[in-house]
This record gives sequence, C-alpha cells and structure tokens, in this order.
Amino acid sequence: MLALSRWKVILVVASALFGLIFTLPNLVPVGSLPSWAPQQRLNLGLDLQGGSYLLYEVDTVALRKERLTNLTEDVRSKLHGEQIDFTGLAVVGDAIDVRISDPTKVDAAFKILNGALGERLLTGGRDVSLQTRPDQHISVTFVAQAANSAATDAVTRSIEIIRKRIDALGTKEPIITQQGTNRIRVEAPGESDPEKLKAVIGKTAKLTFQMVDVDAAPEDVAAGRIPPDDELLPSDDGFAPAYVVKKRSVVTGEMLTSASGSHDENNAPAVGFSFNAVGTQRFAQVTTQNVGKPFAIVLDKRVISAPRINGAITGGSGIITGRFTEESAHDLALLLKTGALPAPLNVVEQHTVGAELGADAVKAGALSIIIGAALIFLFIMLAYGLFGVFAAIALVVNGLMIVGAMSLTQATLTLPGIAGMILTLAVAVDANVLIYERMRDEVRAGRPAMSAADAGFTRALTTIIDANVTTLVAAVIMFQFGSGPVKGFAWTLFIGVITSVFTAVLITQVLVGWWFRAFRSKTLPII
Amino acid sequence: MWPLIKLLPQRTHYHFVAFARLAATLSIIAVIATVIGFFYPGLNLGIDFKGGTVLELNTGAKAVDLGKVRTALTELNIGDVQVQTFGQPNDAIVRFQTPKGANPAQVVTQVKTAVSQALGTVTYARTDVVGPEVSSELKFSGAAALLIAIGLMLLYIWFRFELQFGLGAVVALFHDVTLSFGLILLLRLEFSLNLIAALLTIIGYSMNDTVVVFDRLRENRRKFKRMPLRELIDLSVNETLSRTVITGLTALLALSGLAIFGGESLRPLSIVLLFGIVIGTYSSIYVASPIILLWGVKADDEVAKPIGPQPARP
Repeated sequence: MLALSRWKVILVVASALFGLIFTLPNLVPVGSLPSWAPQQRLNLGLDLQGGSYLLYEVDTVALRKERLTNLTEDVRSKLHGEQIDFTGLAVVGDAIDVRISDPTKVDAAFKILNGALGERLLTGGRDVSLQTRPDQHISVTFVAQAANSAATDAVTRSIEIIRKRIDALGTKEPIITQQGTNRIRVEAPGESDPEKLKAVIGKTAKLTFQMVDVDAAPEDVAAGRIPPDDELLPSDDGFAPAYVVKKRSVVTGEMLTSASGSHDENNAPAVGFSFNAVGTQRFAQVTTQNVGKPFAIVLDKRVISAPRINGAITGGSGIITGRFTEESAHDLALLLKTGALPAPLNVVEQHTVGAELGADAVKAGALSIIIGAALIFLFIMLAYGLFGVFAAIALVVNGLMIVGAMSLTQATLTLPGIAGMILTLAVAVDANVLIYERMRDEVRAGRPAMSAADAGFTRALTTIIDANVTTLVAAVIMFQFGSGPVKGFAWTLFIGVITSVFTAVLITQVLVGWWFRAFRSKTLPII
Repeated sequence: MWPLIKLLPQRTHYHFVAFARLAATLSIIAVIATVIGFFYPGLNLGIDFKGGTVLELNTGAKAVDLGKVRTALTELNIGDVQVQTFGQPNDAIVRFQTPKGANPAQVVTQVKTAVSQALGTVTYARTDVVGPEVSSELKFSGAAALLIAIGLMLLYIWFRFELQFGLGAVVALFHDVTLSFGLILLLRLEFSLNLIAALLTIIGYSMNDTVVVFDRLRENRRKFKRMPLRELIDLSVNETLSRTVITGLTALLALSGLAIFGGESLRPLSIVLLFGIVIGTYSSIYVASPIILLWGVKADDEVAKPIGPQPARP
C-alpha cells in the first residue's frame, strides 16, 4: 500500500542521514569536523592516489638450495665433531650424500646424524630423513612437508623484515600481506620511488665474512678448477673481478647487533658494525690466527671488499669499507640492521602510478561522474516530469549512501570503481523506470491512479529483484576472481546495486505517497 | 509535451519476431567473423595477460627523442622494445617483454637507467610489470570468471523461470560476450583486466534486460493461455519496450560522460560497456526470445491451437 507506514518514513530519513553523515568527511577539509563525527574519507586505490603495488614471490628453488647447503655444513661439522672420517660430502639432486670411510663407523655416524640434523616439525618428527645406502653411503633428504613449512616460514619472516625495512625508509602506511602460500604483497601509497623501494625490499642482504683462499692457484681458477671447499665470488671492490674464498663463513650477518653509516680513516663512507658475543669471539679467534691474510666481506654472494687482517680484532666491532656513497652506506647499514631475508624474493608483478597521474585520474573520474549524473537527472526529469524529480531525489540519496558506505567500510575506490559508480546510477534509474512503466500499464488496464501507483511498486518488485540479482552475481564473481582495480569495480557495483534498489523502491514510494496525500490527484503525471 | 514520456505511444505493435530470421543471420555472421578474428589477427593482449613491462614517462619541458631512447634500449639487448609518444610530445610509452629467465625487476631498473642516460631527467608516471606466472594466472582466472558468470546466470534463470528460458538467456550471453570481443578485435583495443570487468558487467546488464522481458513473458503466458508463443513474445517485448528504451538511453548517457571525460585509461572500458548495452538490449529481443520460440514451440503449440469449443488444458 502507498499508505505511509511510520517505519518506511523512518527508514528513508535514517538512510538519508546515514549517507549524509558518512559522506560529509569527503566534502570538507580534514579536521574541520567535530571529534564525535565520522572522519573516514574514501579510501582511494593506488591508481587514484599514486603509489606502488609490488608482488613478491619467495624463490623456493633458491630456498631449497640454501637449506641443502646449510644441511651439508651441519653434516660436516657433526662428523668432524665426532671425529668420523668421510669422503664425497656433496648435494646430489634433492639429497645430501656422504661416504663414511670406516665401515665400522657407519652405524655410529647414522645415529649421530639422525638425532642432530634438522629441526623438529610441528606435526612431530624431524624435517629430515636419513637412509643408509650400499658401500658405506648415507643420504639425507628433507621430508616433503618440510618444504612447504619452510616456504611458509620464509614468507612470515620475510614479511617481518620487509616491514622493518619499509618503516625505516619512512614510507607512509605500507600494507604488507601474505598472498597464497609463497607470495608477499606490498602496497605503498604516496610519492615513493619504486626503484628505491625495490632495492630495499628485494635485497636478501645476507652478509658473511669468508677467508680468501690465497693458496688457490690462479691458473686452476682460470681453468674453472675451484678447490671443493672454495667458491669463486664476483667482486665489486674495484681491485679484482672475483675472489676465491672458503665456502665456510667465519661470521655472518646474524651475529651483528648493530650497523650504522660511518666513515673510514680517509673520511670515505663506510658501514660501522658490532658483533654479539659469539661473533666477537669467533672474529677474534680468526683474526688472531690469520694476521696478514685477507678475508672477504661478502653481501649476497658478491664481495664488497677484501681487507687484509693487520692484527687481532678482539673488540667485536669494526667498519666495512668499499666503494660506497653516503646513501649506499646508509642503505646497507639499514639492511644489515633489519637482518637478511630467509630466501631471495623476486618481483612477479609491479604497478606504480605517479601521484600526479593519480590526481589527474581523480579529476577525470569526478568530472565523468558529475556529467553522467547531470545527464541522468536531466533525462529522467524530462522523461517523467514530477516523478522524474522523485527519482532524481532518490538518486542523490543513493549517491550519498554509496559514498557513505564506501567511506565507512574503507573499501578501496579504484579508477574502474568510478566506472562502477556511474553504471550503478543507471541501474538505479532502471528500478524507477520499471516501477513507473508498471504504473502506466496498470492505468491502461483501467485502474484508478492511486491503485495503479500502488500496484506499480508491488508488481515491479519481483522484476527489479530478479534483474538486480544478476548484476550482484556478476559483481561477486568479479570480486572473487579479479585482482586490484577490478576488485574495486566489483565492490562499488555490489554496494551500489544494493543501495540503489533500496533507494529507488523505498524513497520514491514515500515521495509518491506524500504527493498523493498532499494533492489528492486523480491522475498520474506520467500518463 | 512535458513529461516526454507522453510522446511515447501508449501501445506499440511492432512485429519483432518477424525480423528474427534476418537478425539471426546477421548475428551468426557477426559471431563467425569474431571467431575468425580470434585466430587472425587475434586479441591484442595487454601485459596483464601477456606479461611484460609498460613504462609511461615524461621528460618535462623538452620533447622525447624517440631515436635516442631506441638506440639506448637496443644496446641493452632485451629483445623487441616499443617506444612511442602519446598525447603530448613529452610523454612517451615504453613496452617490452622480460627476456626469458631474467629478473623483471632488474630489467626495469636497467631500462630506467638507460633511459635516464639517454634523456636526462625523466619522471615515470606509471610502471607496470607483470611476470609470466602472474599473467598466466590472470588469463586463467579471467576465463574462469566469464564462464562461471554465464553458468551461474543459467542456473539462476533455470531456478526462477524454466530451463528453456535459461538456455535462451545463456545463448544471448554468449552472443553478447562474443560480439563484445568482436568490437575489441575490430578496434584493436588492448585486452586487459579492465575489459574482463567490462565483459562481466555486460553479462550482468544483458541478463538484467533479458530478465525484464522474460518476466513479462511469463506473466503474459499465465494471462493469455491461448495466445501462440510467437505473439506472446511480440506482446511482451512491446509492453516492455518503453522501459527498454528509457533504461538503455539512461545507461548510454551516463557512460558517454565516462567515455569522453574519463581519461585514456578508462576509455576502452567505457567503449566496450557502451557497445555492450546496445548489444545486450538487442539480444534480449532478438536472441533470447527467439531461442525460446525454437525450443519451447512444442510444449506451447497445444495451448495455442484452438481445439474445439472447450478451452485447452495442457
């Protein structure tokens, strides 16, 4: 019935107020509203406010390789510790293979390794499995579920480290989240240099001090024959293109307690550091034993510099020299302070929009909405006269409700989302058109004006709902499958369809009801 | 005169179904042309689906020296690099594929360094990089989204109406999506995620339009039990015609603002949406309903035929 029940009027007034209150923060300058009023503005997507979206993937291949290498070193030190001789310790495919020299010690070696290698899994048992093979061989592999938990663990730790690094850069409100099992999404709004961001996030920053193998014959190295305990690392120190260093690292970045930008005796930029107790002790021991020999300071498998040990360093602190600028020394200190990533991260997707381009997009979007809305208002009022005005009023409330709901839920408004908003306005008008056309049908069928208007609302409702469920389905699917901007489009469409059915049906109903009550008209203005 | 709705005839009696054969022929030709277009020349895939990098750069006051940029980038040896200006002479766009096995982020850094060396100070308005895994995932999820959307629409119409209505609606959806692809192929629009959103919206809109006609058809079938289906369809389309016209015009007006003022990046989206609204309206009248006629003709013939003095009961 067109009778205006109280709850309908209350609902209409409440929805209009809701829209107005939550839209208001977007229309006035920040901070001009009293503190009890909602302050949230529309949450603009990176494509509208400018910023960088980076999707990283943990390099699981490198992670596996790294874990196997560490495990190999563990096997070596455990066997050395028990004075069991062995040969041929190496990574073969996905396993580590070692041959125990003394056949009587194979069982003892197996027992020692079985208890000491790897880590305990949450599900019970250890993450490595050992097998004895013919001819005194023992092979060690990671169990299957360990690979997954290692990747997940790497992602979790990487997120922590990335957060620290970005915070240190002073980038505002970065959002860092895990995506899927082995991906990390970084969204940094504002005018930040994406290359700088990538340089800081993507560097593994694994620091090691390794002894240079001065005994390796240059002609062997040139022929590609590297001693089995050594590795050839490229160098950035400007003195040699590469160094042959011992695989075993003396100290690692994990033993650092602090790092900061500093200067060497010639006032060139350098990175100062200090070790924890273990690092101090190890470094003191090695420098005492190797006076006069060079060691390499290695970052991510590249030599930064290879200084000669002039005397024992027992204080546990020092500086790293190299070809630094003030900025690169500062950046390296930052990376060392926040720790190394557990595995290399690769960029698999990047979208960066400059702030200026974003601002242009906002302007273009706002203009399109204003023009689109103005055209709709004009057209609907020309087409349906007074009832068109009612529909236009409903549309204004609808607009307020959409912006209000988007601000309240802090859903992201993207550039395609603006297109979604415009389309929603057209869909909203459709509900009114369905109602008005139904009224016209009912009048044609011989009903009096008031009853026809009433029937228009009730009978059109099923059609309106049927027609809009389809758009809702499309929006839900877009939200599910779409990424970034498309999700924004879907969300805007979703909110818009719901509010538009509400406003088009209820608000026009109340307005038409008031009009009948006020003018007691015997005809409809749309016939 | 005002309101303008008074100008629309109260009742129209167009014989829409009479043109169904002609419309079907045109539709089939257009669909075949699109299918051929898929193979040759094929979709112009954007980096969302192909992978690769797009950089938009601005050189401030001076114009971009495209030759210099090309030379600098050829020296990097990263394969085919497209460089062109767009809009202003100081705005350029650089596109390339990441070479196999290379780290996309490193290549971008190299390219930016090379461009800066060639041109001096450059600001980047936009940097988009999509790796090969991500692009193939997006391709899969895009196709899945379209198919699931169409499938769910079939289920919904089947549930709300009858199976043959659902089939009519789905054929219409395939028709609309295919022809929208046809437009994308014809205009060589870059096929991006935004266009998937546009296609999904077209599916929603076309369904919306079809549902309105079907709703009236179902109602008229109950009302006029003895009317042949052919006439029922004509009647229902005519009765909903004014709504179809007004809603369609509203949507077109709203989106034309977007197409003209919405900026370069939303233009493909708005063009496809505009086309979709026209084609969605057409298909509700000329694809969805005639399919029901083809399919449902047997079930309703008995109702339609006057058999003797007693009213027929199916």
